[in-house]
Amino acid sequence: MSVASIGKYEFEPLDKVENFHGNQLTYFNWEQHLLFCAPVCLPLPPEMPFAALVQEVLPGVYNKHPDFQKINWDEVTWTLDQADFTPDMGKSLADNGLGHKSLLRFWTPGLDGIKGSHS
Amino acid sequence: MSGKRKSKLGIKQRYSMLTRGLGWDTTYQDMDKVFPYDNYEGIIIHDWDGWEDPFRLTMDAYWKFQSEKEKKLYAVIDSFAQNNGHLGITDARYVNALKLFLTGVSPLEYQAARGFTHVGRQFRGVGPRVACQMQAIDELRHVQTQIHSMSHYNKYFDGLHSAPHMHDRVWYLSVPKSFFDDARTAGPFEFLTSISFAFEYVLTNLLFVPFMSGAAFNGDMATVTFGFSAQSDEARHMTLGLEVIKFMLEQDERNIPIVQRWMDKWFWRGTRMLALVAMMMDYMLPKRVMSWREAWDIYFTEAGGALFADLARYGIKPPKYADIATKEAEHISHQAWHIFYNYTHAAAFHTWVPEKDELDWLSEKYPNTFDKYYRPRLEYLDKEEKAGRRFYNDTLPMLCQVCQIPMGFTDMDDPTTISFEVSEYNGDKYHTCSLGCRDIFDYEPAKYVQAWLPVHQIYQGNCGGAEVPDVLKWYNFNLGADNLEYNGSPDQKLWDEWQAHRKKA
Amino acid sequence: MSRIVSITLQNNDDARPIIEAIEKDNPEATVNIYPAMVKIDCEGRLIIKQETVEELLGREWDVQELHLSLVSIAGNVDEEDDYFELSWNV
Repeated sequence: MSVASIGKYEFEPLDKVENFHGNQLTYFNWEQHLLFCAPVCLPLPPEMPFAALVQEVLPGVYNKHPDFQKINWDEVTWTLDQADFTPDMGKSLADNGLGHKSLLRFWTPGLDGIKGSHS
Repeated sequence: MSGKRKSKLGIKQRYSMLTRGLGWDTTYQDMDKVFPYDNYEGIIIHDWDGWEDPFRLTMDAYWKFQSEKEKKLYAVIDSFAQNNGHLGITDARYVNALKLFLTGVSPLEYQAARGFTHVGRQFRGVGPRVACQMQAIDELRHVQTQIHSMSHYNKYFDGLHSAPHMHDRVWYLSVPKSFFDDARTAGPFEFLTSISFAFEYVLTNLLFVPFMSGAAFNGDMATVTFGFSAQSDEARHMTLGLEVIKFMLEQDERNIPIVQRWMDKWFWRGTRMLALVAMMMDYMLPKRVMSWREAWDIYFTEAGGALFADLARYGIKPPKYADIATKEAEHISHQAWHIFYNYTHAAAFHTWVPEKDELDWLSEKYPNTFDKYYRPRLEYLDKEEKAGRRFYNDTLPMLCQVCQIPMGFTDMDDPTTISFEVSEYNGDKYHTCSLGCRDIFDYEPAKYVQAWLPVHQIYQGNCGGAEVPDVLKWYNFNLGADNLEYNGSPDQKLWDEWQAHRKKA
Repeated sequence: MSRIVSITLQNNDDARPIIEAIEKDNPEATVNIYPAMVKIDCEGRLIIKQETVEELLGREWDVQELHLSLVSIAGNVDEEDDYFELSWNV
């Protein structure tokens, strides 16, 4: 529906990709590990290789969790924007299909958080 | 007994003469030109005189009673300050609830004053116009008395020094700020539905009543007094909320679907904002009156149930997703507290892990959820903190496009999995935390694509710099004092010194 | 379904005669005492009568003085010179 208004109602979205200085926003969530209260948001270059995301970005976000070192990355399952997804580690984020404000969720089988509480 | 009084006009006649009797229809200009904003929302009004004023308070009586309330309140504020009332509170942790109140709620009173001043001009009916004008004055009184009351705490405690500045900038304060921005940028009827009905009538009891009672229980005389002084106006505001709904519904049946949609929207927005109050009640009051769950049962399930049964005759249904909100009452305070625990290095108040007896209280009050989902995590966080590794989340969170809260709320049927919703609009993705927020986005995407989401603004470089400390300076935080864990804070140090002096004495 | 109307008053000297009057005129009402406030619930309907408050107070009492002690209400309001009533439509 359009907004009921007293005149023309057209405004620019505030978060267009051009506003992020060459980066695009990516959201991540490590499932069943709610010690981190919410998914996180990072501006990343679309040309970044997926492997760099796993090896450099995610440790900076999550390595405070005692489960993080135990992750077997070969067993991790992913979804990208709510569809099943198998990343190609050698390809860039963009070539893996990550766009501006894409949501990447990953599950780490066998790891169920602090005392099994999914935290 | 009535015979002994001087014969004068009855309350109804007096009220009618001093409100409607003072209004007139314009003749030099068309009424539609004088009141251009009261029909574009689609609400059809046939007869403005159909408006019933439940409280028949005339302006002279209004001034008389308000001045009495003020005199009482200022007597208490003075006595609180003269007697060092801050020493009488149960624990310095309590003051953190006031910090959240002063930065998050008091500026909303000012926003309300602006909103009601606007709509108090824009309705062509005299009854609602007078009610809105009185409420605008009330709201101004509320923000002033709250600042006055809490200024005493500002002499001693951190985080209370820059409330309006923080309200406009700080990430979690964008939650209440955007709520009111949304309401004030709607038309006058939606504004009254949002603030007077959904917020004041349906939900405000959850903020003021149990929380202020909690303030009393924790020895905070100043807050209780301003709280109840404000609340005595609130009963009048609530009836305005109920009246505007009945008025719209009685005027034309084409109004019904519009009113229902507004109720659904503002109920959901309100419950999201109240997540902050939920954690204040369950975590920030050292002595607890009732749990959030119990307050929800009394003030929403019971009182709201009777209200919506009353409105059913107009064809109005209880708000959409009320069932989800009721399920959330088991979880929301714990999830909200955890969000602030994660990011308290970027907050102007402290957080902490509750002490053992407090955890036991939560276990008792939340037998279905607390031990299973939340207690193990809190005990782990406590252990880490005591070992010198206080946990903070170093990465900025994903926010909901509508409520702007970090996406920390779970699917209520699967409480270990975050709830995700997404919409597409003009080729971009917009993420929301719940079906309630998604529906709101989907109905008016052109409005919500303009949301000033703090995390995205930081990444765009609009918030003082690229590093977190730059942003916190832009927020006007005193780093190391206003923010971080309560244990080891200057507030705690000062409080412990006072307690030691008291023991010695 | 229960149709409870409710009034919450401050627990102070001004409000006590009003609370007592409510109890007298609404025998089926339930009085819940919380820190600093009193919440009175009643099925369907609750009335405050000027006459009863005046008897208890020993002076004239304007029904609108209620505003000084009021914390919250639930129900439709009917305010008159000599009474204040809350009700749900049945």
